[in-house]
This record gives sequence, C-alpha cells and structure tokens, in this order.
Amino acid sequence: MFRIAKKDELPKWKGFLVRVASILFGIVLACVVIAILGYDPFATFSALLGGAFGSKSALINTITIAIPLAITAVGLAVAFRMKFWNIGGEGQIIMGCVCATFVSHNMPASTPGIILIILMGIAGFFGGAVWALIPGIFRVYSRTNETLFTLMMNYIALCFVQYLHYVLWRDPAAFGFPKIKPIQTQAHLPVWGGIHIGWIIAIALAAAVFFIIRKTKLGFEIRVVGESAPTANYAGMNVKKVMLTGVIISGGIVGLAGMVKLCGNVFTLSPSITGNAGFTAIIIAWLSNLSAPVIMIVSVLIAALEQGSQVIQIKLQVPSAVASIIQGLILMSTLGAEFFMRYRIIKVKKNPADASGDAAVPPDLCACSTADPASAETAAAEKKGDA
Amino acid sequence: MDLNFIISTFIASAIAYSVSLLLGTLGELLTERAGHLNLGVEGMMLMGASCGYVTAVRTQSLALTILAAILGSGCGALLYAILTVSLRANQNVTGLALTTFGAGLANTLGSTAANTNTPDTITAFFSWHPFELRNVTNPVLNFINTAFLSHDIFVYLSVLLAVLLMIFMFKTKEGLALRMVGENPAAADAAGLRVTRIKYMYIVIGGMLCGLGGLYIPLVLQRTWHADITAGKGWIVVALVIFVRWHPIKAIGGAFIFGALSIIGLTIQQFPQLSSMVFFNQYIMVMYPYILTIIVLIITYSRKKAWRGPSAIGSAYFREER
Repeated sequence: MFRIAKKDELPKWKGFLVRVASILFGIVLACVVIAILGYDPFATFSALLGGAFGSKSALINTITIAIPLAITAVGLAVAFRMKFWNIGGEGQIIMGCVCATFVSHNMPASTPGIILIILMGIAGFFGGAVWALIPGIFRVYSRTNETLFTLMMNYIALCFVQYLHYVLWRDPAAFGFPKIKPIQTQAHLPVWGGIHIGWIIAIALAAAVFFIIRKTKLGFEIRVVGESAPTANYAGMNVKKVMLTGVIISGGIVGLAGMVKLCGNVFTLSPSITGNAGFTAIIIAWLSNLSAPVIMIVSVLIAALEQGSQVIQIKLQVPSAVASIIQGLILMSTLGAEFFMRYRIIKVKKNPADASGDAAVPPDLCACSTADPASAETAAAEKKGDA
Repeated sequence: MDLNFIISTFIASAIAYSVSLLLGTLGELLTERAGHLNLGVEGMMLMGASCGYVTAVRTQSLALTILAAILGSGCGALLYAILTVSLRANQNVTGLALTTFGAGLANTLGSTAANTNTPDTITAFFSWHPFELRNVTNPVLNFINTAFLSHDIFVYLSVLLAVLLMIFMFKTKEGLALRMVGENPAAADAAGLRVTRIKYMYIVIGGMLCGLGGLYIPLVLQRTWHADITAGKGWIVVALVIFVRWHPIKAIGGAFIFGALSIIGLTIQQFPQLSSMVFFNQYIMVMYPYILTIIVLIITYSRKKAWRGPSAIGSAYFREER
C-alpha cells in the first residue's frame, strides 16, 4: 500500500530540474501523439525549430509574437501571486486596444508620435485595468468568484469589439468591407533591427514587476495576501486595498500588452487582435512559476511553437494545430509534476493493526500515485540522456 | 413575411442550436457537482466532435460515431481527472491545458476530414422527426408543430436526460453521494463514500456528455467539418452552469435562452426598425447571455444565505490534510 505525505520544500535547483524534466516528458508525450496521428514527430520538431529560429526573419517573427505574450503573462502573474485567478486576459487586451484606438482616432493628426504613443499607452493601461477592476471589486467586497467573472468579461469585450468592428467604428473608406480605421501612422512603435521596440517595453515591465514583487512593501503585501489572506489581515495589512491595487496593476499591464501589439505590428483593431494571447499567457505564467524573468524565456519558446507551426503546415502539410497539442501536453505534464515536488509517496507495509484505515484509501488514488512516479522517472532519465 | 412563421422557425432553430449547449451543460454540471470546475469543456466538446465526425465519415455508422465521440471526450476528461483528483493540480490551469490540447487534437484530426459532409445514412437518421404531425391545417397546431415537434430524436433525448439527471441527483442515494462529495468531501469520506472513485466517475461521464454535445455540431447542425467548429460554445456552457445554478431542469430553459440569444440577431435583421436600435443590434444581443450570467453570479454571491454552488469546488481533496 501507499500513503501520501507533504514534502518539505525542494531546494531551488531540484525544483528546476523536476520542471525541466517534466517539460521534456511533455515533449515526449507530444511526439507519441503526433506519431499516433500519423505524422513523423522528428521531422515535425526539426521543421518547427527551423521555422522559429532558422533564419533572421523567422527569429524576428518569433520575437514579435513573443512580445505581447510576455507582457500579458507578466501582468497575469501579478494577479496569480495573490491567488486572484484572472483568466480575463483576452478581455483586458481587447479593452486596452479599444481605449488606445479611441485615443488615436480622436487626437489631431499633428500630434507628435512620442506623445501619441504615451497617451495610447496610458489609455491601454486604463482599459485593461478597468476591465480587471470590475470583477476585482466584486471579488473583494462580496467574494464573487473571480474566475468565472473575468471569463465572462472576456466575452463581453469580444462582443463589444465585434460591434465596433461591424457597426460603430466601421471605416466608411473601406469600400463596404467591415474594418476599423487603422491607428495614426506616427503612433507606430519605432523599429530597430527589424523588431519594434516592444521588446524593450516587455523587459522594462518584467524588471519593474520583479522589483515591485521582491523589493517593495506592496510586493511583500501581495505575496502575503496570496499565501494567506487571514494572515495578511492579522498582520494589519489592508487586504482589500492590496488586492485591488494588484488587480489594477495586473489588468493594466495586460491592457498595455494589447496597446503594444496594436502599435507594434497590427495597427488596426479587430475582433481577432488577441490571437488567444490572454489564454496562452496563462500557460506561460504557470510554466514560469510566475517569475517575471523566466516568463521572458518561456514566452519566446511558446512563440517559437506558434511561429514554427506555420512552417510545418507549409513544409510538411502537418496541421499547425499540432502546436496546441504540444503546448497542452507540456503544460499538463508540468502540472502533474508539481505533485511530486510537493508530496512524497511512502510505501506502507500492510499492518493488521491499521489495515482498516488503509483499506478505505480509494484504490484508484493509489493506482495513480504508483503509476506516475515511474513516468516522472522516465522523464528524468530522458533528461539525463539529453545532457 | 408571416410573423407566425418567423417566430416558429426561430424557436425551432434556437432549439436545434441549444442541444449541444444543453448536453454540455449537463456534463459540466455533473463535474461541478462533484466539486471540480472543468474549464476544458471547449476542448472536450472539440475532441468529441472531431473523433465522432471523423469516424462518421470513415465508417458511416452512427453507433460507432457516438462511441468514438464518447471515448474521445472521455479520455480528455480522464486526463483532467488524473491531474486534478489524484495529482491535485490547479483546476483552472488544468482545464485551460485541456482546452488547448483538445483544440489542437481536434483540428489536427479533423483536417483529415476537411471538405467532407455527414454521410447520407446518418443525415437520414437525423431527418427522422418522431413527433412531427402530418397534414396540419390548424394555425396553432401548425405553430407548435414547426417550433417544438419537428426535431430529431437527439433533441428529445437530451431533454429527457435532463429530467432523468434531476431525478438521479435529488431522489437517489448515488445522487446524494455525488452532491455530498461536491459539498464536503471530508464528510463524504468519513461517511464511507469512495470520494476519489466518485469524482473520477462523474468527471469522466460529464466529459462524455460534453463530447456528445460537441458531436451534434458537425454531425447535424453544420454537416461538415471546419477548424474550431464549436466556436466558443464550451465557454458558454461554463457560464450556463452558473446561470442555471447547477440544476439540470433549469439547464433546459437556460440552454434555450442562451441559444436563442446567440442566433436572434439574424432573425431580428428581418425587422429593420428594431435592428437599427443599439440594444437590438445583433452584436450587442450576443452580449446579453454573459451579462445575465454575471448578474446571476453577483446575486448568488451577494445574498448571505444563498447557495453558492458546490462548496468544495476548485479545491483538491487531500485526506491527509483534514
């Protein structure tokens, strides 16, 4: 029989190793699924990597995809630290873009680019922050479930931007084609070496969030509220205020991600502007263990999957949706691996004295906990093989 | 145009549209009653839809199609159950992972059946309307006939399923066990219920129902396959379960309201004086179900005594941590 008990916290390097091993295990699983679906997993992966990093233009594309993902993930991670499950990234990105577009459409064409960009940035932050603050207020004052609330806000934002796209802001100059007028050209972010400067914004935001979380009073409070709200309350912190501040920062940064995407490479607000970034960023934030610097790296890798998937579609006729299979499996495998970082499984000898207690352990619980360490070990072995 | 005709055909198409929502809602409702919020509905619906549809195109057999849909979505739900029940992973993130994975799998698998149509044998089965009246002249009967009686057997079975589920949940011992696990797993465990087994069972059954709901979309409604064919219905389902407050009978009405509001924009375009008003614009009207859900959510949580859904939802049960 087996018993499960809490483990002491793993040393950092060990936790990191388990994480890397689980990602590799996820990739192995993905290879198996790809093979079952009838495609060559090795050719797929090498084409994927080649498509994402193989040439200068591929690399530029990958980084361009990564920028809004990274900013969104940095923003969401702030909320996740407080155990505020902000899954409303999609809606916050959209509202950030809507507000930024509104500013661009209503400023005179003579506005200098830098001023317009700053104003649009403020508007983007404002749009995302408001969209996150509404569920935040209800969460704080009447404990309304924020997971479901933020999810609904996504759809309201999407419906709203469809309304803008097809009706209210429809550009009459587009010959009946439903399209919103592009933003003013001086608001386009400057391009250096083929990449717009959004990557500098992303790194600056990640550094700022890293600093706030680690070095400031607010960051400390955010972490404590996330660990245990009653403790924070007991320590004399104003939990409501901390949470609302955190939510505003989180939503605002996500809104800013939308503005960066808008001014960086899309230039036109449309219902498909998020490209699922709000959901993908949750995956990124989780894979990075909510750490802002790690988010920078992971978002480039996830962006590489998305960019590479376009190439495998063209080169190998492998559907680009394979990238989602890989993403999903990697995430599931890291989610499962966390169990082995937090708990240990103890082998218990059958003892007649406590047999009655053990017999009541549901059999499938045992079955799973016995089956999966083996797979984690194979993943670890895989890792060694690679090294 | 005859107003009676417009309204009755609108009701009929709203019912047809809401079948997949109803089946998905019943599935997610079972899952949530067992204490697990599965945000992977969209993924499971897509897995059921793609596995089923591809099987339909290849074998032309309805039985195998349904079996494949159930197995495909059941596997997705099983993955979710292993991660959240046994490995205690975060339910929100696991659900999202399932949606990502399911969508990827469905779009990859489905691309092998691109540019095909539902086989005639299966279409023929679904064009059989068991309760449809013939040669009706009475306008009232005619209205009822078009709106409510001209549907395939799947529609009536899904309504019947909702009724059976209500009886199961509130009148049987097993139903009580299910609700107890969702409300207080520690107490259920102490009472001798096999919490893990019950959770696994209903998460998987719930996933299978979602898969059946997904299957209806390519097989009957659209009769073809294209990428992301469920078009966000899985997310509507998550909203619906809250909207109907975890009750199977209310799910029938809830699914109909959401279905009707999703397609009413097209009908309203036949009345230009209405559709030119902002609040009746088709893009604004699709927003209403979500606003309604938020209002229900707020009311549910602001009333002190109101039941807020299964209370153990979202947290993993760990018997050693009692």
